[in-house]
Amino acid sequence: MNLLDVENLWVKFPTRNGVFDAVRGVSFTLGQERLGIVGESGSGKSMTGRAILRLIRPPGQVTADRIAVEGDDIMAMSEKEMRSVRGQRISMVMQDPKFSLNPVMRVGDQIVEAYAIHAKSTKADAKRKAMEMLEAVSIRDPERVYRSYPHELSGGMGQRVMIAMMMVPDPRILIADEPTSALDVSVQTQVLRIMDKLVQERGMGLIFISHDLNLVSSFCDRVLIMYGGRIVETCVADKLHEAQHPYTRGLLNSLPRLDVKQERLAVLERDATWRDTDSVSGAR
Amino acid sequence: MLGLLFITFIIGRVMPVDPVLSIVGESASKETYDAAYKAIGLDKPLIVQFATYIWDVITGDFGVSLLNARPVADDIKRVFPATLELATLGTLIGVFVGVPLGVIAAVKRGSWIDQIARVLALVGYSMPIFWLGLVSLLVFYGILGWVGGPGRVGIFYVDIVPEVTGMILVDSILDRNWEVFRDALSHIILPALLLGYYSLAYISRMTRSFMLEQLSSEYITTARVKGLSERAVIWRHALGNIKVQLITVIALSYAGLLEGSVLTEIIFAWPGIGSYITTALLSADMNAVMGGTVVVGLVFVCLNIFSDLLYKYFDPRAK
Amino acid sequence: MSHSDATKQTLREWLLTDTPQSRHQARMVALYQGWLSFSTNTMAMFGLGILICLGLVALFAPLISPHDPFAQELGNRLQPLWSEGHVFGTDSLGRDILSRLIYGSRITLYIVALVALIAPVAGLLVGTVAGYSGGWLDVILMRITDIFLAFPRLVLALAFVAALGAGIENAVLAISLTAWPPYARIARAETLTIRNSDYISAVKLQGAGATRIVTKHIWPLCISSLIVRVTLDMAGIILAAAGLGFLGLGAQPPSPEWGAMISEGRRFILDHWWVATIPGLAIFTVSLAFNLLGDGLRDVLDPKDGGS
Repeated sequence: MNLLDVENLWVKFPTRNGVFDAVRGVSFTLGQERLGIVGESGSGKSMTGRAILRLIRPPGQVTADRIAVEGDDIMAMSEKEMRSVRGQRISMVMQDPKFSLNPVMRVGDQIVEAYAIHAKSTKADAKRKAMEMLEAVSIRDPERVYRSYPHELSGGMGQRVMIAMMMVPDPRILIADEPTSALDVSVQTQVLRIMDKLVQERGMGLIFISHDLNLVSSFCDRVLIMYGGRIVETCVADKLHEAQHPYTRGLLNSLPRLDVKQERLAVLERDATWRDTDSVSGAR
Repeated sequence: MLGLLFITFIIGRVMPVDPVLSIVGESASKETYDAAYKAIGLDKPLIVQFATYIWDVITGDFGVSLLNARPVADDIKRVFPATLELATLGTLIGVFVGVPLGVIAAVKRGSWIDQIARVLALVGYSMPIFWLGLVSLLVFYGILGWVGGPGRVGIFYVDIVPEVTGMILVDSILDRNWEVFRDALSHIILPALLLGYYSLAYISRMTRSFMLEQLSSEYITTARVKGLSERAVIWRHALGNIKVQLITVIALSYAGLLEGSVLTEIIFAWPGIGSYITTALLSADMNAVMGGTVVVGLVFVCLNIFSDLLYKYFDPRAK
Repeated sequence: MSHSDATKQTLREWLLTDTPQSRHQARMVALYQGWLSFSTNTMAMFGLGILICLGLVALFAPLISPHDPFAQELGNRLQPLWSEGHVFGTDSLGRDILSRLIYGSRITLYIVALVALIAPVAGLLVGTVAGYSGGWLDVILMRITDIFLAFPRLVLALAFVAALGAGIENAVLAISLTAWPPYARIARAETLTIRNSDYISAVKLQGAGATRIVTKHIWPLCISSLIVRVTLDMAGIILAAAGLGFLGLGAQPPSPEWGAMISEGRRFILDHWWVATIPGLAIFTVSLAFNLLGDGLRDVLDPKDGGS
């Protein structure tokens, strides 16, 4: 059984000038693998992630034929039922820990909160769990970090705390929305490796959303390319250079390469017809 | 603080009314006049007068009231708790009604609650407080008879309860004299509600504004991702983040109520520092005016310092 | 729009153009756009309407007013509303309340206009000078501003009026003295932000002196925040003026100042409530109008937090 089934997902926003479709008929499945979703700003990749967690509030509208987590249709769930899905079965790591962590709450308390929502436990137990989690993300001084406030931590450490917080309730699926975009390059690989290790250890599924094609292709098993709210291509990560769709080729060609001599860096040409073709299915 | 004293001093000296005359009376002889002039110290150079003034203030000597020949400091000690009682009660109302109202208005933005809150605040900013006080006194006392009239307590209850804090509500509780308490309550409720209304108009607006800022932050999304109930998200996370800003707002509101009570006290014949200063002004009682203004200014400064301190204490980012 | 075009451009097209031909036109376009945006706000337009009415009433007072506001008719005291010849009744000296209300609008406008002129200008001067010069001048000026800010406004105004003597001019002065500090702070904050920007450096390199920089470049940028702030403060100023009038420290009797009218009517509140109530409604309406106007202006000029 797939960890996640998404069939025909649409996300619409009513605006003054009509309805804006952020996500148009996206379908894909996720197993115990690392799935990358790549696209430029406005391609709908982040919206897809948030729609899965049903975080999009009115006036935004989310419709889908089916969104199932381990077989359970979450579109049919009430808000209360959905709350037990969030965090416990699907979690999300966001871009910048400076903003995505509560600035006036100690970091340890925030991790404990993530755990205590879904598990009945004593305070001591929860604290122990949180400390374990901090160690699992390679934080060397968990006691000190536990007591810190988010602004006292570096970007890399903050993101690791975020990962710890999102993994502590032991979810099956992790959505990572641009998790390293706000980090220094030197720290990016470290954070990604930690995330990867945890995902593999626990047999989880990972959805990695990014604009960075290089990063995604080196890190994921499969890649979905999104443009204008649709999936325009899917392929296996190490077969990326065999991609067919002109947009993907355009993306690949606009990356500077050290091993091939290039006179000029290619400019991505966009074709208006790409928006109109049907979404490619991202099923395995 | 020094500047404050400086200004009150200047004002006091600039007053066209001759203080000496008020003491000795119009028909005094020239010698008496000169003696009194020297006694007050008006013949010394201005700088010396200012220095003496500062020293007097520090030692709590505000001079003698030109009106009733009693030490101004005593007068102020007597009337200040009345204002304090009123302002405190008003602020409490403002906080306990204003904050939840602001939160709900922000969460349910655009709903009827939000509109009502907006109208309430708008009216609060536009209504002259002394007029509203007058009208409410007319309606609730004159016509409906629901509350006690002007003054702090009815005639029969004056000075019955031993004065501990100077605040009759508190003192009557301490004395377990429930009759006096009820009477005092019926007298204070209308002016307190009046001030409370102005307080909540301001506090609810500011709370709403702060909450709107917070609700669009990323950490709120994180909290929802964790699976928190919406209630916990709003009241624990968002509200927790504006706590510090609210402290400043509440302090400002309190200060504003001290100001507002000046006019309110006149309407309700409330013997607080506001009516004290006003009566003193109208009778050219220079010492009383200066004394009263200094005290009020002092409270303002203290409130500002206090809220600054609380801010630093509560905001982890400011440490 | 080429000049050789034979068709005449209507005024509206001229105001809506995307390609202004002159600085003057560009400014007019911006103003018109702002006006269009403003006019969609019903409440703000309502406020504006009331204020225009106020202006007209004050202007045409002698023509509209049914009676002489000072004419006493002791045989006709304390007549209720809708009595003959007196829509709002009469006060304790038999004077027609409506007429007094109408003439009182002149006083209100007078006070508002003067304070609106004096306080922001003073604040602008102090703030920009302090912000631009920096150093000890900045410190001194800001200390003075802080001292005035530290005072409760009404109490300070009271003290000033008492020191200077009662009367409408002194009331205006007193209110202005308490009102200018916030403007100084705003002006200073704006000046500090702009002072280090590149185009100021550019102008300096062209040889502009400090006065020119401050007056021609910094002041225009402060104006919009000041305008919003002034309009919003107007309500408070009217209330302060009414408060002073109520205490007898503003316009002196028999002047039909609205606050003073409330004070006069206070004695009779129980049986003849209209004498004190009607002027209060007038104050409320004008104050409300300024608040609505100010909110609307803020939405257009400085949209930070959404009103609805």
